Amino acid sequence: MEISRRKLLGTVTTAAATTALPMSRARAQAKPVFKLGVLNDQSGPYRDTGGITSVICTKQAVEEFSSLMQGYTVEVVTADHQNKPDVGASIARQWFDRDGVDAILDVPNSGVALAVSAVAKEKNKVHLNTGAATSDLTGVQCNENFISWNYDTWMLAQSTGGATVKAGGDTWFFITADYAFGHKLEGDTTALIKSAKGSVKGSASYPFPGTTDFSSFLLQAQSSGAKVLGLANAGGDTINSIKQAKEFGLTMDIAALLMFISDVKALTLEVAQGLHLTESFYWDLNDGTRAFTNRVKSKTPDNWPNMSHAGCYSGSLHFMKAINKIGATAAKASGKAIVEAMKSLPTEDDAFGKGSIRQDGRSLFPSYLFQVKKPSESKGTWDYYKLVQTTPAEQAWRPLKDGGCPFIKA
Amino acid sequence: MIWSFSRPQLLALVVMLAVIGIAPAFVYPVFLMKVMCFALFACAFNLLIGYVGLLSFGHAAYFGMGAYVSAYAAKSWGLSAEICVLLGGLVGAGLGVVFGAIAIRRQGIYFSMITLALAQFTYFLCTQLPFTGGEDGIQQVPRAALLGFISMKPDMAIYWMTAGVFLIGFLAIFRIIHSPFGQVLKAIRENEPRAISLGYRVDDYKLIAFTLSTFVAGCAGGMKSLVFGIASLTDVTWQASGEIVLTTLLGGLGTIFGPVIGAVITNTLEFYLAPFGSWVTVTQGVIFVLCVMLFRRGVVGEIAAKTKVSL
Repeated sequence: MEISRRKLLGTVTTAAATTALPMSRARAQAKPVFKLGVLNDQSGPYRDTGGITSVICTKQAVEEFSSLMQGYTVEVVTADHQNKPDVGASIARQWFDRDGVDAILDVPNSGVALAVSAVAKEKNKVHLNTGAATSDLTGVQCNENFISWNYDTWMLAQSTGGATVKAGGDTWFFITADYAFGHKLEGDTTALIKSAKGSVKGSASYPFPGTTDFSSFLLQAQSSGAKVLGLANAGGDTINSIKQAKEFGLTMDIAALLMFISDVKALTLEVAQGLHLTESFYWDLNDGTRAFTNRVKSKTPDNWPNMSHAGCYSGSLHFMKAINKIGATAAKASGKAIVEAMKSLPTEDDAFGKGSIRQDGRSLFPSYLFQVKKPSESKGTWDYYKLVQTTPAEQAWRPLKDGGCPFIKA
Repeated sequence: MIWSFSRPQLLALVVMLAVIGIAPAFVYPVFLMKVMCFALFACAFNLLIGYVGLLSFGHAAYFGMGAYVSAYAAKSWGLSAEICVLLGGLVGAGLGVVFGAIAIRRQGIYFSMITLALAQFTYFLCTQLPFTGGEDGIQQVPRAALLGFISMKPDMAIYWMTAGVFLIGFLAIFRIIHSPFGQVLKAIRENEPRAISLGYRVDDYKLIAFTLSTFVAGCAGGMKSLVFGIASLTDVTWQASGEIVLTTLLGGLGTIFGPVIGAVITNTLEFYLAPFGSWVTVTQGVIFVLCVMLFRRGVVGEIAAKTKVSL
């Protein structure tokens, strides 16, 4: 039998191809890994409102969804941005460039969030905001790789501010954290007060982060003659301001414009009782929220989820549903495609119930105005809120046309 | 030797060039760019402390201001990259002339305290002036094109630009140190009254050295803000001034390559310890203590002393 060189080569190649085939098939089956990066404050004033509980809630979502993932797996990574925009932006850049992170979650501190969302847009990845409040993120600074989950300054101003004005608090003095978030919250609330024919007697901005002594600002507030003290701050700063206001015996009504259940726990009911505040999630709201909280509370017994933590859970779930919709390959290629899919799907989970995401990246849920219970009314730790008023999703958020989002065609 | 490089120095320079050339294939380029920006900043600081004996404890003011101005020029005026960096340097030098003129009238600890006070003053301005964006900083700074047409968008493009800026600054400082002017600076460091008695106008020399140093620091800051697309308060804080003292000390005061090695060490630590948050400062403190107790001349200083060469 004559074996030509060509034939021999052909046989060898075929053989090689046949043996190589199972290997290449095996490689094709290696599942793509999606990475969720939880980037928040884990050591500073926002460590309880976000922090490690956000990571736990994100992992909870991944765990619950793991059986439904179609041909991919999900990992969770985390970092502390120390409330510095430059640190946040450089971690985001490094995550996207080097570590294969597909979406960044949480990011409290509006200053950091604005910087991170710009990086996410540049790299065509996803930024799921559940921690930063400034309504500019879905307004003039919005982009197509961004979704804002559970609250913003407009919604807070409308709910807590609106209720305060309605109750007769028509003259205000603001104590404001001196960065993007504080100014936006003060601005959105001021607009609401003005539209209700009230007036703002003055405001004091303090350096953020690092301010712990609010006495001079509280004295300014007292001497301004305003009826309401508006706190345009959050986390540890809000706790300190309220505590010190009580110690000084401040006679003004306090409107804590952004306050979480962890802040109430830190203040204790004796100090916090009677305050009004707004969240879009409370563990004891309905069967769904109780079920969700029951699942995670053993993992974070000292810090039950607030709206920001629940947002991480809900946002991650929805992110994975969107990957299922468009397929892992398309999702890996473009963050914008994931965000578009997220906007097109209705949201549904235990924490927030049914909802939707608007074209500008604003997710729409009802907002709830709560009053902090008296110590005698509370049945135990974490039983803190009485529901005062529910604003339906259609009215809770700034109308699309008023946002000034550049890619929305009016 | 060429440009008054000694043989060991030339060797070290070649190694450094090779590392700059090869490293981006193995290490995350953005991190390398950060190292080079801080290395240049440390070299500028070393020009003062190592060769004139002036401990400026507020060098972050010039670095940070350079970053702000460069970011502002790129974002609001749309200038090209090299002009942004130069503007950063010029603003650093401008501040340096004024602050230097005030500070060099005193010596030792008083000099350091005056520079610190003026740097804190600059920090306050940065929190209050509208153009700096306060606590948010100047964000979304575009990576301006080099010479107006070479895109700096890809990481590797801006990497080579950063390497260029670093090398120009590094060589310029080397040249300054080894020029007759540099000899006078060293004379002032060793014995100021004698330099005066020899007829040198010591204050003028100090001011020129101070201004040159702040110019380079401003350029380094400007480059950093273009790389990261953000200029923020972090770069103007007194902690940043302290860190650059640590960097230089760790690498070796009064050595050419010391600040570069120092910047590599401190930035690597910061990079790998970043997930642990506030532990970065604790570790830096421990290392500082170890450095002062065990190897006072710094890494490069000790190597130079062991091998009896000047690096």
